[in-house]
Amino acid sequence: MIANRYIGSPVERFEDRRFLRGKGTYVGDLSRPGLLYAAILRSPRAHGRIRSIDATAALALRGAHTIITAAQIGSQVPRIPIRLQPLPVLVPYHQPVIAERKVRYVGEPIAVVLADSAAIAEDALDLIRVDIEQLPPVPDRHAAAKAEALLFEETGTNLAIRYIAAKGDPGRVWARADYVRRERFAVQRHTAVMLEPRGVLAEWDAAHGRLTVSGASKVAFFNRRILAEQMGLAEDAIDMVENDVGGGFGVRGEFYPEDFLIPFAARFTGRPVKWIEDRREHLIAANHAREAECELKIACRYDGTIVALQGDVYVDVGAYNRTNGMVGARNIAQFLSGPYRIPDIRIEASLLLTNKTPVGTYRGPGRFEADFFRERLFDIVARDLGIDPVEFRRRNLLTAAEMPYSIATITPYEHKDAFDSGDYRLTLDRCLQEIDWAEKSKLQGKLVDGRYQGLGIGCFIEGSAAGPRENARIELESDGTVSIFVGSSAVGQGLETAFAQIAADALEIPIDRIRGVFHGSTAFVREGFGSFHSRAVVMGGSAILLAAESFKQAVRTAAARQLGCEPGAVRLVEGRLAATPDGKSVSFAELAGGGISAEESFANSRHAYSYGAHAAHVAVDPRTGGVEVVDYVAVEDVGRIINPMLLKGQMVGAVVQGLGGALLEHLVYDDEGQLMTGSLADYLLPTASDFPSIRAVVTETHPSPINPLGAKGAGEGGVVPVGGVIANAVASALAPLNVQPHELPLSPSRIWHLIETAHEMQQQLRE
Amino acid sequence: MSMIHVRINGSEVADDVPPRLSLADFLRERRNLTGTHLGCEHGVCGACTVLVDGEPARSCLMLAVACDDRSVETIEGFAGDPVVAALRRTFHERHALQCGYCTPAMLITARDLILRKRAGSEREIRDGLAGNICRCTGYTNIVTAIAEAAQEIGKEAPNAQ
Repeated sequence: MIANRYIGSPVERFEDRRFLRGKGTYVGDLSRPGLLYAAILRSPRAHGRIRSIDATAALALRGAHTIITAAQIGSQVPRIPIRLQPLPVLVPYHQPVIAERKVRYVGEPIAVVLADSAAIAEDALDLIRVDIEQLPPVPDRHAAAKAEALLFEETGTNLAIRYIAAKGDPGRVWARADYVRRERFAVQRHTAVMLEPRGVLAEWDAAHGRLTVSGASKVAFFNRRILAEQMGLAEDAIDMVENDVGGGFGVRGEFYPEDFLIPFAARFTGRPVKWIEDRREHLIAANHAREAECELKIACRYDGTIVALQGDVYVDVGAYNRTNGMVGARNIAQFLSGPYRIPDIRIEASLLLTNKTPVGTYRGPGRFEADFFRERLFDIVARDLGIDPVEFRRRNLLTAAEMPYSIATITPYEHKDAFDSGDYRLTLDRCLQEIDWAEKSKLQGKLVDGRYQGLGIGCFIEGSAAGPRENARIELESDGTVSIFVGSSAVGQGLETAFAQIAADALEIPIDRIRGVFHGSTAFVREGFGSFHSRAVVMGGSAILLAAESFKQAVRTAAARQLGCEPGAVRLVEGRLAATPDGKSVSFAELAGGGISAEESFANSRHAYSYGAHAAHVAVDPRTGGVEVVDYVAVEDVGRIINPMLLKGQMVGAVVQGLGGALLEHLVYDDEGQLMTGSLADYLLPTASDFPSIRAVVTETHPSPINPLGAKGAGEGGVVPVGGVIANAVASALAPLNVQPHELPLSPSRIWHLIETAHEMQQQLRE
Repeated sequence: MSMIHVRINGSEVADDVPPRLSLADFLRERRNLTGTHLGCEHGVCGACTVLVDGEPARSCLMLAVACDDRSVETIEGFAGDPVVAALRRTFHERHALQCGYCTPAMLITARDLILRKRAGSEREIRDGLAGNICRCTGYTNIVTAIAEAAQEIGKEAPNAQ
């Protein structure tokens, strides 16, 4: 058992000191002697065949050094593989690291220019003449399904794969159900847009055949494996270095074309090469997310008990499947049932290829979409049945007695999963209490100062703790302090602080005896699995617990040798001394000469599920369609709270990202596959003045039984229910006008149109 | 190339720069002042905010040659500045930063709001901060930290300009 001093306390962050002084070191801050700067020529067309690339004029530019195209890379242009749950059927859709004969989205890399400065490299891009024969674009999922134009002629289809999430057999219930309702919903394409653009700096040491790649993030060890294979190097000939990271949210750190192109360029030229993405480039090149539609039907008893859920989901995955492009769709299918008891489920999710930027995971992948679909559907159903929407949810939420609860199985890879622990009604009740639902719901649909008032609620689960393992190493430094090395990656979430808290408690030492927490880079531990699926604290933290036990044992053994006693008799005092009962002691610093170090791995094949509820109070102006979020409460139970300050920070930040997705953010394409929102003036991120009233409440009533910390993931849950909650609040507000939102984002123009359309329908009915 | 003389964080600097070099690139690449961050390079995100002659400016939209004979303050400066010192403390205590990328510019903008007495209420702070994007925190803790620092500075020097 851990002597608990730091876990659960709002320990202030170690990371802050450097960041507050402008001393953070992001990849863009790095420089090297002899550095070449890379700029990437990207396809201006959504779909076409490359006829020729003429770089003569570009190469004639003073300061331009080299141009790399598919021709320089060789006869076999490497493909980017799938990171998790790969399937042979997806292989044809893996992305080549540079366009060969075809281009399939605006932004696809065609050539890399290397020059003495970034400015010259960009000048040179303008001088490259690329002749592309335009092919008919596939701009959306409907065109993809028609298959008049194909992205991959060789497979004869634009349907990459269809996943099925199934539990029980809903086929038998429809005919005899009390009540059945069908609805269609859609979520728009949007994505993480972290503030620091991506970047890579690669250095090739020809003398030793070693490659160093800075700018690594999220899954450095996995990316190293891909890169080693693509470049024909041994894995341990490559060091991936994680620098400070300006936000990840799932999008940064996946293996992108540039993660091959820049290291390749460094080896090709024998000089260090740096590439830093600009914002327009980021918006067309980094993963998009969330674009999905569904057609659902639900069966219930008259008392509101859900009997079955069935339907089809269509996900526009863009032009390729790279690393994790399928995760959003499979998550929508598997988690459509959310935290509710639904005995019979069958959801089919079709992944459709279009001539748009490929999709990947963005915080709460698939869960944001699924929650919007489900929570919106539930409000519509509750209204039909004349049941209070809160009561409808309470009746169907899972309880502690039902844990572990098996959810739908995903095929084709037969992935079974179960919720680990919790009582999902507790967080709902807490949320209602925090927002004062009983009192505020009296405002539903009322017009106050010209604006309609509405309340919305939604419940969610957050998955975490993906396996297979995570590693941590603890080392005694020469001055008697300890350093922690871990395979988890930091993306700005305060990992160093959380891990120091866990380590200090496990080692029973004051936190200031920890010299540093070193994470992410491949040199720190034997193997690592990184930060995704809200796994960093659960997996890395658990690995630290195991390593701490081994470390303490190693210290006792070394001390026993010096003190001439049994290891079991040695007591560790405040992280400074190892002492015997009769008063002899040796300091940690003295023991350090012996090289004390312990590395352990925590393995896990199950998932830990956080859960909670959100509620919102909105005011909608019917004249403008504008929505003000008057109050917003997020409640989540995370099993074990490591640092409530960091946790609430994650939650509030995630809620505001979710509000961006619900109300503002939209990657809009035209029919030619051109992105219309390629700047931050067009792609609207939440600003400080948009959403002032967000409150986060955290609980830890049901620790996870599947890891020694009892922890569950905490970084993603805050975003998951926001779309559904806001849409339900808007629907409640505009109930007198008969408006039912079925699509996000709820921009002023969309709401205004919904109001107008509802009004026209009323008029027609009257006439 | 153009010769410019700029006072950066109190030190005189002379450099021969291409006319198209932005102030941000000048600071980052020629002066190694990498605390000034680039988030969009089109003047929306505010991460590159510095002071030019005491006024906040987007260093991505400003050319280095336009700073000839002017003074520039970056996050690496402000040594002994009581407002920035207070902000650093309240940002730390209130967990007003996560990835840290927007933070230097947030501090510079917040200092300006406090000194111009535009940090008197939450609404005022939020409106004043709307040109600085943070993608991590959701802003709540940033606003709280600025309000606390403003209150503290107001108490210490009620007539400070």
